[in-house]
Parts: sequence; C-alpha cells; structure tokens
Amino acid sequence: MAQRTLQEKLAILSDAAKYDASCASSGTTRRDSRSGGIGSAGGTGICHAYTPDGRCISLLKILMTNFCIYDCAYCINRVSSNVERARFSPEEVVKLTLEFYRRNMIEGLFLSSGIIKSPDQTMGDMVRIARMLRVDHGFKGYIHLKTIPDAAPELVAEAGLLADRLSVNIELPRDDSIRRLAPEKRPETIRAAMADVRLAQEASKEKTHTGKRPPRFAPAGQSTQMIVGADATTDRQILKTSANLYTGYRLRRVYYSAFSPIPDSTAALPLVKPPLMREHRLYQADWLMRFYGFEADEIGAAHPSGNLDLAIDPKLAWALANRAQFPVDVTRATREALLRVPGFGTKTVDRILAARRNGPVRYADLLRMGAIMSKAQPFVTLPDWRPGALTDSDSLRARFAPAPEQLSLF
Amino acid sequence: MIRVPLPRFGRFDAWRSAARQLASSRTAPEVVAWQTDDSAPDLFGAEPMPAAGDAPVTATKDFLDLARQVASHSDPERFALLYTALIRLQDQRGFLANPADPLTDRLSKMAKSVRRDIHKMHAFVRFHELPSDGLRRSFGAWFEPEHPILEAGTPFFAKRFADMDWLIATPEGIARFTGEAISYDPPAPRPDLPADASHGLWATYFANIFNPARIKTDAMRSEMPKKYWKNLPETQLIPDMLSDAPRRVQAMADAGASTAPARAARITAKIRPMPDDATPETLEQAAAQASHCTRCELCHAATQTVWGQGNPRTPLMIVGEAPGDQEDLQGKPFVGPAGQLLRQSMEKAGIDPSRAWLTNAVKHFRFTPRGKRRIHQTPDAGHVEACKWWLTQERGFIQPRLTLALGATAARALTGNAKPLTPRRGGIEPAFDGGDTLISWHPSLILRLRDDAKEQALHELQSDLARAAEMISPM
Repeated sequence: MAQRTLQEKLAILSDAAKYDASCASSGTTRRDSRSGGIGSAGGTGICHAYTPDGRCISLLKILMTNFCIYDCAYCINRVSSNVERARFSPEEVVKLTLEFYRRNMIEGLFLSSGIIKSPDQTMGDMVRIARMLRVDHGFKGYIHLKTIPDAAPELVAEAGLLADRLSVNIELPRDDSIRRLAPEKRPETIRAAMADVRLAQEASKEKTHTGKRPPRFAPAGQSTQMIVGADATTDRQILKTSANLYTGYRLRRVYYSAFSPIPDSTAALPLVKPPLMREHRLYQADWLMRFYGFEADEIGAAHPSGNLDLAIDPKLAWALANRAQFPVDVTRATREALLRVPGFGTKTVDRILAARRNGPVRYADLLRMGAIMSKAQPFVTLPDWRPGALTDSDSLRARFAPAPEQLSLF
Repeated sequence: MIRVPLPRFGRFDAWRSAARQLASSRTAPEVVAWQTDDSAPDLFGAEPMPAAGDAPVTATKDFLDLARQVASHSDPERFALLYTALIRLQDQRGFLANPADPLTDRLSKMAKSVRRDIHKMHAFVRFHELPSDGLRRSFGAWFEPEHPILEAGTPFFAKRFADMDWLIATPEGIARFTGEAISYDPPAPRPDLPADASHGLWATYFANIFNPARIKTDAMRSEMPKKYWKNLPETQLIPDMLSDAPRRVQAMADAGASTAPARAARITAKIRPMPDDATPETLEQAAAQASHCTRCELCHAATQTVWGQGNPRTPLMIVGEAPGDQEDLQGKPFVGPAGQLLRQSMEKAGIDPSRAWLTNAVKHFRFTPRGKRRIHQTPDAGHVEACKWWLTQERGFIQPRLTLALGATAARALTGNAKPLTPRRGGIEPAFDGGDTLISWHPSLILRLRDDAKEQALHELQSDLARAAEMISPM
C-alpha cells in the first residue's frame, strides 16, 4: 500500500469519526497560556464552524486509526467493512491539532480510535498523544479522549489526568441490542468503565490528609452516546436508560445519535433515513430531565405508544396529558410549577421570579421576558389573561401540531 | 446641548468618567449628546461640560458589567441610554433587576447581542500564518463583526495565543499582540493574507466530518449566520456538499450490504466472547459466568454483578440483601455505609472481614433513578429466586460451617422462610442446603433507625457476630 499523505489520512479518519455526536468543549478547569504553553479553556465552549448536517465543529474529531478488530453492525469501521483504512502517527495527530488550534479553528482534540491489537495497546497510544500535547507542547486547550472499556486501569487513570473529558459509548439503549449488534462488547463492561471514571472523579475532589487537592480527574466530566433507531427500543425505555446513566455515573451528557446509513453497510441493519425529528425530541426530553425536574417515566408516559410525539415537543405533550395541573397562576406558582409550563424556559422562569418581586407580571411582560405565549396561553392565568375553557379544550393539541397533510379526494 | 466626544478606543472608560461627572450635577440625559465617530455630527452649538456637582453618584457592579457590554453595541444611542439608566439608578436602585422594565429589557437585549457577537468573533476569526523573522510565529486575520467589539473581544486571543504574535484587522480598527499588552490602531484597508496550507487541510476536515445523510441546514444557519460566511473559507464548500449529498445517500442505498473480507471472521473468532452455559467447576468460573448474568432484568440497569469477596476457604459466610450504590459502582460487596458498619462490627467481634466470605442474596443493585440519585429498592422474590442459582454455586464451592444471614431478604434466600425477622433474629435455622444459618439485622436497617432502637439493634448485631465468632472458632 502506497504511503498516504496527511490530507488523505485526515479525509479517511475524519469521515470515520463523524458518527460520534459529542462536540462539547465547555465546563473544564480555567487555564490559559499567559503562564506558558499554548491555548486556553474553561469558559463556555466555542463552536468554530457548523456543517450542513447541523452539527457543530468545536473539536478536531478524528480517529487515531479506523482499523478495528470489533464487528459492531452499526459502525462503518467494523472489521467486516471494506472501508479504506488509515492510521495517523501520534506526531501527525499532534501537528494537526496544534496547527488548527493556532488558526483558531478548534477548541482542541476529540480523539477516538478503532480497537487495534488490544484495548491496552489502543488506549496506550491515545494516552501518548494526549501526553505529547500536554507535556511536550504545553497545550492548554480541550482534550476529549474516548475510553476503551477493558483498558488497564492505570491507562485510564493517566487519561483522566491529561484529558478534560472521558467518554465511553453505551452505543445502544438496551443490553440485548448491544450483545446482538456489538458482539465483542459487553454492556456490563461499558457501565463498569463509566463507574470507574465516576469514582476516580470523586476521589480527585477529596482533599488528602495533608489538605492538598489531588490533580483533577477529567474535570469536564464524562459523556456517552446512544444510537437511536437501530433497534426497536421505545423512547420511554431510552429515557429510562439515560436516567440510569445520569444518576449512576454523573454523566454531563447523553448524546442521542439518529442511526444513519453508512457506506458499506451490513445486512444486519437496514439502511433507513436517520430519524432526525426523533433525535431532536429525545434531546428536548433529556433537557426536561436535567433542567426542568421531570422524571423519565413522566415524559415517556405522555403517549401510550411509549414514544415521544414527533409533532409537538415533549413538554407540551406532557402538559396536554396532564391538564389537571393547569392553568398555573404565574403570580403565585412555585419555580417547579412554572418550569412545567410549555413556552417557559429556565431563563424565563428566573426572570418571572425576579419580576414578581417588583409587582404583578402581565401578559406583555411575559412576552418581553422571552416566554412563548402562543404555547403558554392555555396553561397560565395572569392578572390580564385567563384561558377559560381553552385549557381543557379537545382541540388543544390540534392548535399546536402541524396540520396533517390533506388527502386528496380525487 | 452638552457635547461629549468619546475616543475610538478606551471609549467605555471615557464615557464612564464623563457620565460620573455629569451625574454628579444631575445633568438631564436630554441635554447630553454623546459623540462617537459613528454618530451624526452635532448641528447645534455645544455648551461646555458643567463642573462636577456634589450629588453622590453610585453604580452597582451589575450595572457596570451591563454598561461595559452595551458600550460595544453599534446602536448610536447606546451611550445616551446608559446615561439615562445611570441617572435613574440614582434614586431607583432596583430597576435593573426587574426584567419587565422596558429600559432594562432594551439594555439587556443590547448586551446579549454584543455578547453573542463577541462569542462569534472568538469562534469565527481565522488566522493565517504570516512570515516571521523572530522566534515567535506570526498570524493575522480579517474579521467583520456586527458591533464595534474589537477591544472587548480581543483579550481572549491574548490569553489563548500568548506564545505567538497576531493581529486582527476589522473595519473598526486593528488589534496587535506581540507578547505584551494588546495595542489598538485605527482601521486600514483589508490586508492581503498569504495562502496557508493548514487552511487546505481544514477544508478537507470540514468536508469529511459532514454526514450527507443528515441535512439540517436551519441548525447550521442559526448558529453560523450567513453574515459571517464571507470570512469563513470553509463555507464556500457548503453548496457543493449539499448538492452532492443526495447522490451519496443514494449510492449507499444502491450499494446495499457489502461482503465482509475473509479476515473479518478469523479476527472476531479470536476475540468474541462465547456463551458459557456449562455448570461451573470452580468458584472463579462461577464468578466469571455470573459477571454476564441475565437471569433477571436487574442486570440492565445495574452496573455490574457484585460477586462475593473474601477467603473462599472460610468457615463463615455472611450474606446481605443486595449491593447498594457504592457496591454497584465498585463491584465489591459491603463497601458502602452499611458495609463499613458491618466491617467495624466484625472487627470488634474479632472477625477479620478478609477471612470471611462476604456476599449478597441478590448480586445486582436494584434502584429507581430520582432526580440526581439512585434510590435503593429491595429486590423482590423473583430476583431472589433468579439469583439463588449463584448463591447455591457460591455455597457449594465454599461450604461454610456457619452462615450469617443479614436482614429479611438474606434470611429468606437462605431458609426459604419469609416470616418477619424480629422473633427470628439471633436464632439458628437450617439453610436450604443444610448448613446452619444465624439470623441477624442488616446493618442498613441499623443506619435507618434512631436513638434507643438503633442502639439496641446495633448491640444485637454485635452479639450475633460475637456468637458467630465463637461458633467458628478456631477460624
């Protein structure tokens, strides 16, 4: 095989990395290059570009290599695929990261890899790249390393000290799907890897007996990804799995990735249009769990099918299914109750609470404060607004759902 | 009219000191014209700046933060609005905290627009490498922000790129950094930036990280508004990427499933875990099999099987209910708060925990997620029944002389008797496989009790442990 150029490798190994949705670069320790080195991190993450698939580019997201000994049916890099293979040298990854970084194109590196030879070998090479960036080049930007389950604990321990974030993908929302579609992976091993990261993070937050703080372990936390639509799991089950992951491993994020056709596919999985609206609704539901005080089952129970309503957002769907809790009196309601009003975001609720201290909040005030009143109308009472029979009206859902396409009579 | 000229750079500080002086004599906002080079020239004659008055002028930190941001807005009225707000603030201290106030609303929207523009500057400036004759590498960029944010937006680059020289040219002016403070100069014509090979690699990356099967151009445009595109070379690729996407998706569909290369099956045969249903012949084999157990549904939510731990040649087996949160995470039995209480009590009774065998009747954690926590749930009869297979294996290999059953679940798993524990505690019952089972409290019960009840239960557990120590002596 002829030696590939850096550009050819970059094309292959970024193409191979694009099915991982994670791109966050926020929430890590604050640091910058005024004390030496290059780079900064710790504020809000920055998305440096967007591609037409709606995903942001914050990090250089590449695989170290797309050679892989595993055979995961949903993955373009599985051993049974005929995709072109390439492998970066550690120096090449470091060079690409730093040169893109200096041109202000990225916040840092998100490095993943196919499994070559063994989990330890693969993880060891990834750790070496992170060490070169941090130690040899004083790189202060963001590093996200994919953790290989089954890798030796000392490699994961070093990875956590070098990287801002670690992640292991749960891949699929149900254990039997993982066993069936990713036969070399084991769901319990994946979860144990996440548990190890959580324990290491907690240990790094405790002061030692001398009062010193140990170095922070993966300060930007851990995340995971679930492919949606490659198996028959309902949204309700997916959200329950997410709730288990969030509570069990203190994940910062669960990413949902609509199963997308890949070149060189396998007969085990049909090529389908990626369920992008479903993915979007799951992200909304996930937000409701993390910031609005909803439990997975409450959201999942809103529709008897166990799937989210694709036509309306999950908060509205929940409100329509729980109308007895409405209308909410905006003048008096608790923060928790306000957060459940469709059309009110967390910032709107904060503003309402602040404004209430200065006098009654009226309809026009809510509009100014960012409430989406077209959505909130049936669910709130205000000094100058009463929904009357609207709250319990049978046609309420039709008000919000896009009109179904009319079948032609001819 | 009082005309107050504000310089191109250092404008906010100039406004601040002029505003303080004007406010000290409570000069009305209507008579002040704030002059920046982007505001219309004053047609009327100007009055001199009044001397400082003796009225106190105060401003909250929140106001100054807001004002600093609003000062970078392109609205010609921005300084007049800020001065109006400062005057109002003198006798209406809380108005900025009321989001329903129209002036607060307008100022916070202006500040938000400025913050967004600064954020987009941090995102969309693209440096090109410039020739350098010194030790430091040198880079330059051209950027066209929506607001005059050059001074507010550039300190970020000094922190991030301290080891290189850079300049950012904008229609408002030029920021230069050579390692010390950033210097600002009036605008010059747009510089010609040299070609840079890394930009070619960047285009390769941009084109290949795109998934043609997902088209969400609205999401792209809302976060990367078109007004910024002219200075982002990669956006020139977007029309071709979009027009080619349907063909690529169709090609994937037409190609259908592919034939695996011959090596694939050879490789996976070596590493694929094989189902192992044979009855285990050693304790280690049983543990390995149990780690993949799917006999009940608890394995889906729990992290891992928590197998017993300790000395397999012990005369004493201690059986609890099921792993808790910490046990589930660490994969070891009795390491959470209840486990620590048990271990302390064992040491007091003269039993070294590492010389006994500690395990649970059910080997997966049962919980329900609530908020940010996992709330422990007692396993039900079905879970106990499913897991009895493993308890039987464990007991078969260890063959303890005495088993200490902690709590109702363990007592039930070992004796089959589900009756209340209170009358049974401290007694010895035969286990399902014939061994002696001493019944005691589960330490987690003791942790939940209060006052006298707690003292008594702890005392009873302690005396049961002492009795166990006696029964197995010499261990």
